[in-house]
Formats: sequence, C-alpha cells, structure tokens
Amino acid sequence: MMEEVKEVTPSLSVHGHSSKVTEVLKDGDTLTFLIVSQKLSGTGEYHVHRTYDDFEWLQQHLFSQEDVPGTQGVIFPPLPAKAQVNASTKVMKQLGFLGLGEWKLYCMALETFLHLVAAHSILSKNKAVEIFLTSPDPPGRQRTRRNIFNRLSQAVEEMRKEGHKDVDEFFQTKRDYNFVLTGCTKNAAERFLDVVLTEQKIATACGHFATALHLCVEPGDDPDKQAFTKICVKLSEVFETMKKNMASVAENDISTLGLGLDLESRYQEAEKEMFFRRTCKLVELETARRNAEKAKPVKKAALEEVRKSAETEFTDICRVAKKEIAEFQAARLVMLQQALVQWCEKQLHTARESADQFNQHLQAFRGMA
Amino acid sequence: MADTGRDPPLDQSGFQELEDGEDLFPEPASAQESEPASLPAEDISTNSNGPKQETLFDDDPEDLFAEATEEVSLDSPERDVLLSDGPSPAITPITPPTSVITPCISHAHDDMFTHSSFDEIEEEEASDSFDMHISVSDPEKVGDGMNAYMAYKVTTKTSMSLFKLNEFSVKRRFSDFLGLHSKLASKYLHIGYIVPPAPEKSIVGMTKVKVGKEDQSSNEFVEKRRLALERYLMRTVKHPVLLKDPDVMQFLESSELPRAVSTQALSSAGLLRMVNKAADAVNKMTIKMNESDTWFEEKQQHFENLDVQLRKLHGSVESLVCHRKELSVNTAQFAKSAAMLGNSEDHTALSRALSQLAEVEEKIDQQHQDQANADFYLFSELLGDYVRLITAVKGVFDHRMKTWQKWQDSQLLLQKKREAEAKLQFTNKPDKLQQAKDEIKELEGRVQQGERDFEQISKTIRKEVSRFEKERVKDFRTIIIKYLESLVQTQQQLIKYWEAFLPEAKAIS
Repeated sequence: MMEEVKEVTPSLSVHGHSSKVTEVLKDGDTLTFLIVSQKLSGTGEYHVHRTYDDFEWLQQHLFSQEDVPGTQGVIFPPLPAKAQVNASTKVMKQLGFLGLGEWKLYCMALETFLHLVAAHSILSKNKAVEIFLTSPDPPGRQRTRRNIFNRLSQAVEEMRKEGHKDVDEFFQTKRDYNFVLTGCTKNAAERFLDVVLTEQKIATACGHFATALHLCVEPGDDPDKQAFTKICVKLSEVFETMKKNMASVAENDISTLGLGLDLESRYQEAEKEMFFRRTCKLVELETARRNAEKAKPVKKAALEEVRKSAETEFTDICRVAKKEIAEFQAARLVMLQQALVQWCEKQLHTARESADQFNQHLQAFRGMA
Repeated sequence: MADTGRDPPLDQSGFQELEDGEDLFPEPASAQESEPASLPAEDISTNSNGPKQETLFDDDPEDLFAEATEEVSLDSPERDVLLSDGPSPAITPITPPTSVITPCISHAHDDMFTHSSFDEIEEEEASDSFDMHISVSDPEKVGDGMNAYMAYKVTTKTSMSLFKLNEFSVKRRFSDFLGLHSKLASKYLHIGYIVPPAPEKSIVGMTKVKVGKEDQSSNEFVEKRRLALERYLMRTVKHPVLLKDPDVMQFLESSELPRAVSTQALSSAGLLRMVNKAADAVNKMTIKMNESDTWFEEKQQHFENLDVQLRKLHGSVESLVCHRKELSVNTAQFAKSAAMLGNSEDHTALSRALSQLAEVEEKIDQQHQDQANADFYLFSELLGDYVRLITAVKGVFDHRMKTWQKWQDSQLLLQKKREAEAKLQFTNKPDKLQQAKDEIKELEGRVQQGERDFEQISKTIRKEVSRFEKERVKDFRTIIIKYLESLVQTQQQLIKYWEAFLPEAKAIS
C-alpha cells in the first residue's frame, strides 16, 4: 500500500528562527519593537510592530494550546520581564543584564525568545506565532487569564505541592538537580552583574581622571613647564586607553556571558515551572485515585472516569517532559558553550589590543627625554 | 628700661610669628666643606619676640612649636611646620652677628656669599654626581602597649665621598624623621629652601599597631608609612644643600640619635600655635607687598592653581582605588559562585569548564588587587606628596613676604629715628643725641641686612622653583613608567589566562 504523501504545510511562513528585533521606539511610556522576518518563499520580509503586551499575548496563547496532549510538559521558552521607560530600581534589578545599555540586550533577549519558539516542534505549530510574526495589525489584547502557567497567580497552598515526593526516580533526580542548578545559576548571574557594574564605574572614573589631567596643562615657553604639560597630556591619553579597555571588558562580559547566564537562569526557572505543573498533575492524579478507590458504587463510575483522564494526562505530560528535558539539556550545553567561547575570544582580543596600546604608551614615555 | 633694638610690637602682628627661626635661634650652619647660603645673622637680643611671649607661656618654652593637631590631613589649611626646639648638634655659627658687620652698599653682595652660594654647591654636586640610594625596611615593633613604636631600618648605599662608608644602616623611629624635618625646616625654610615635608602623623593608624592588631589594615598602614618615609628621605637627599646638612648626615649615619621631643601629638603650647596660625593668616592678608618682580606673582598664582588641580586629581585617584577594591571583592564572589555552579553541574565537560572559569576569575581577582595597589602606591601617594610639597613651596613664598616686611619695617623705623634725631639737634641733650645716633647706625645696618636678606631669599626661591619643576618632571615620569609597566604586564598575564581557558570552553560539546 502506497503511503499517502501528506502535504505538510510548514507551520510558519517565515524563517522564525532568524527573526530580528531591529528597533525600539519610545512612545511616551510604551516601548514598541520592530520585528523583521524573512519569508520562507524568499520573496521578501515582514515588518511588524509589537509591544510587550503583544509578546505576552503570544505567550498566553502558547500556554493555552489545547490541541496537543501533554503541553503541560513543555519547557516554555522564557519571556524576559517587562521593560519600562524610566524603570524603577526594582524593575531594573529584576531585568538584570537586560536592563543595561540602551535596550540592545533586551531586544536580543526578545529575539532569542522568538527563535526558541519558532524552533520548538510543538509551539511553532501554534497559529498565534504566525499571527504574531506576520500580521500587520497588533494581535488582540487579552487579559492574562489566571492559569497554571502563570506562576504569579499561584495560591499559597498550591505552592506547597512543589516539594511533593515523586513516584518516578528519574523525575525526582531531575527535579532535585534543577532545584540546585536554578539557585546556583541565579546566584552566578547576579554576582556577574555586580562585577560588570563595577567595571563600568572604573571606566567612568578613568575618564574623569583623564579629563582632570587636562586642567593641569600649563601655558608658557618654559621648557620644564612644557615637559610637565606634555606628561599630563600623555598621561591623560593613558587613562583614556584604560577607560576604553574597561568599557570594552564590561561590554564583552555583558554581550556574551552576561546574556548567556541570564538566559540560562530564566530557562532553568522555566524547567522548574514545568516540573511544578507535572507535580501538580501528579497530586491531582493521586487524589483522583484515592477518590476512585474510596468511592461509593454510585459515584464510582464517574470518579473512575476522572481517574482515567488524569492518568492519561499525566502520562502524556511525562512523555513530553522527558523529551523536553533531553532537548533542553542538549540546547543549554550548546548555548553555554557558545557564550563561554565567545566571551573568552572577545576578552582575549581586548586584552591583546590593550597590551599593544599600553606598550605604545610605555615606549612613548620611555622615549621622553 | 630702654628697648634696645626691640621692634615695637606692630598691630598687625600681635603675636610675632614663631616660625621665624632667625628670631629665636643663633643662625645654624653646616660645619662641613660647603655651607648653605649665609643665613641672616642676628643677635638674640634683637629678638622681636622678647620676654613678652615668655611671660605668657613659660611652662615649657621647648614645647612652643609642638603640633597641636593629631591627624594632619591633606586638607589641613596650612600644615604646621615643626621647628626644632634647640640647637642641633655639630652646629657652630659661622657668620658673626650683625653688629660686627660694617654696613655696606646693599647690592653686589655676591662677594659675601659666593663662597657658600648655591652655584658652587651645584658645581660640587655635578662633579660628585648624585649616586645615593636610601631604603627604609624591616619595620619592627619595639615595646608593648601604648608606649610601643615601630623601628625602621634605614639603609644608605652611596659612592659619594661625602660619607665615610659605601653602605651603612641605622635604626630609626617615626619621631626621628619628624625631628629631622623639624630641624631642617627651622634652618632652611625661612631663607627660601623648599624643605620636603615629612610624612603625616596618624593617631588612628599607630594606635592599631600599638595595640597589636596584626590585621591587614594595620599591615597596610605600616607599609604605606614605610614607603612614605623612604620617599621623604630620597627627596631630602636629592636636594644638594640639604644632603650636606650635618643633621641629615647624622640621621643617616650615626647609630644613636637624641630623641626628638617636641613631636608629641597634644600640647598646650600647640594651642598657641593654632592661634598664631590664625593671626598669621590675617597677617598675610594685610601684607600688601609691592611686588616689583612679576615672576613671583606669576609663580604664586601658578602654584595656587597647581595645588587645586593636584587635589582634584588626588581625589579622583582615591575614588579609582576604591572602585578597584570593590571590583576585586565582586570578582572573588563571582569566582565562588562559578565554582559552586561547576560543582553542581552534571555534565563533565561543562562542569570542568565552569571550574576552570572559577580559577581564571580568582586569578583576575588577584590582578585587580595588585592594580589597586599600583593605583594607590604609585599615583595616589605621588599626588599626595606633591600636594604636601606645594604647601612647603607656598610657605617659602610667604617667608619671602615676611622678609620683605621686615626690611620695610626697619626702613620705617630708621626714618622715624632720623626725624627724632633731627629734632634732638635743637635741644641741649647731648647724651640723648648720641644715643639716637647710635640707634640710627644700628638701624642702618639692619636695613641693609634686610635688603640683602630679601634679595637672597628671592634668588634662592628662583633656584628652588626651577629645581622643583625639573624634579617634578622626573618624578612623574618615573612613576608613570612603573605604572605603565604594571599595566602591560597585567594584560599579558590576562592573555595567558584566556588562551588557557579557550580550549576548555571549546571542549564543552
């Protein structure tokens, strides 16, 4: 029997994994992002404007994907926290690396989000993605429904389920591992941010010193005065170089390892969310089982149904989760390696450049009579 | 009782400045082969301070010049100059008192001073070119409790014929250095030599050391002080005149040194000093010198500006040092967090890479600490030294003004005496007339001496300023080269660290 060749329509009409968030426009307090995506057909591009609320709309739709069983087992690509114009200190702290500089990093993080979504086997099929990337009009605004995907709306009692003991050793191990790793990664990201901020302070201080030196310049024909002036001017150049070096070091830190640690940290949290959903489902299942067992004959059939559906859901989630965990482990290795290699290469380049420049200054001073 | 030769107290100087060494001490001089420019010779009996001062503060005349303040910071408006409380050993006056010198024409006095002029000293110095290195090392705590002190080893290495040996060491404590400075200041400041200031006292710093805290901050304090003492001595001996001063040589050579006593932190007479400083400040404002020499005006302005700029730079560097220390702390913490991450990571290659990352960051932390030290010990201290040095320079300009004032005062007095004498001519008081004539003669001598002093100090200051400006260039250049060398070395080390880490990062997957 000849197999029907099913025509598989690609889920997206664009190369979602290479979409670019190219611009940020400020309109009062709102930030609007310009997203450019290449058509698969190669005939052009889509340019769409989206606000953060639109991103949230997309995420909500991804969460509420009903047609695929076990979506609760998906590790959802993490969306960065909301960015604001004139953000408060609390918001800036929450944003971490993404709040540094003029939104360039934030755009990169949004880009990464879109890439991860478009590359996901299940999520990319969601129509919301296509609409988000191609529709000229902003997608509809939906109030964030209180759902199990939105951790912020979890009631306290439900939070206690997080530590519920697992029935499966594999998952218990993974949960424990995730718990430790999430803490360590968050800590490392925060410490690294501290380092970067101090590097920036030093760059600024060097700049001030360089400027102050120019004030020591003394006019006059006196050879000693001229010699001292020359020293001040040349020293100012040295400190300018120091400033550029520090700024470069900080920039390298932010754009490679900083971003990497930030994404890793948020992705670990996303995995944690997935485990939580699964655990909640496990608790639900155990409750359903107990109820079905204890049920009086009158209710038994109905409760059996409940138990059956809970079991199916749970099995689906576990299946999806296992796949997701494996993919996530592989993906994060690649991502971290890339971050570390790029970081090292950039810092190496900066160090070589700076060594050269400092050496030139040194020779200049040695050569001074 | 006739006030022979005592200046009438002038309103603007209710308290005579006690800094003027010439008022209180017989002029000191070096007994060695060359002498400094001859110091104005003056009889103690012409001491304008006179009994007036002594009756007010007779408890401890020796203590009159002790510092009143404890911590003398960079910001104290005018650093007190400690003056010596007694004649230094091996001092014999070489020029006779004024009364013996016949008044001469004020100009062309080089013949009186050429023998001991700066020019000649410079010539001698050039032939015996400066080859001297002093190191201050081996700080050692002596004694216990609040009476404890640090003893430093002062080693001199030189080939100069001035010294008996080529290499010799002595043990000195901080107050010995202060004592040396005090003696040099009392001998040379008022005639226009820029005497390098001694390192600052620090009650807080020393108390920690005395109490016996062997922690990092007290170690840093001792190290900072040790280096400051070394720089102080090197600056002092680089000065061709100061180098040959017997006090300097005794300080460097002799194993026993009489204890300097007037360096106690608190003293009742120190309060007098503070009051004098206030009067001094008022004084300065009211001395309107008829500056005929624009060079001095320009230079004074120039030093004022430089003072302001250097203080700014110093503040800037302090801030930089602070940030670097912060960076070191943050880097260390990041290193720890990376190590934890590496330990928790399951994947072998990633775990290894993260652990390597932690090691690299630890090494970088060490670099930051070293850099902070370089920032501090090279730049911060250099700038601090120069701010203090400029205070000495300003002091020297002030002394020139005072010298001028003194000369003017003598002239005014002479004029008055002449008028009085003229009037006496018409009265029948022969003895009073004779007395007036005697006084006039003496005053004429004083006026001439005053003019000579003024010219001499002006000449000395010009030379000193020129020397200062040359030294300044050398000093800064040397430090900057050291600093740049450390910067280059740091970057080269960094390159090695990153080159070693790269294959680890690549091996992750």
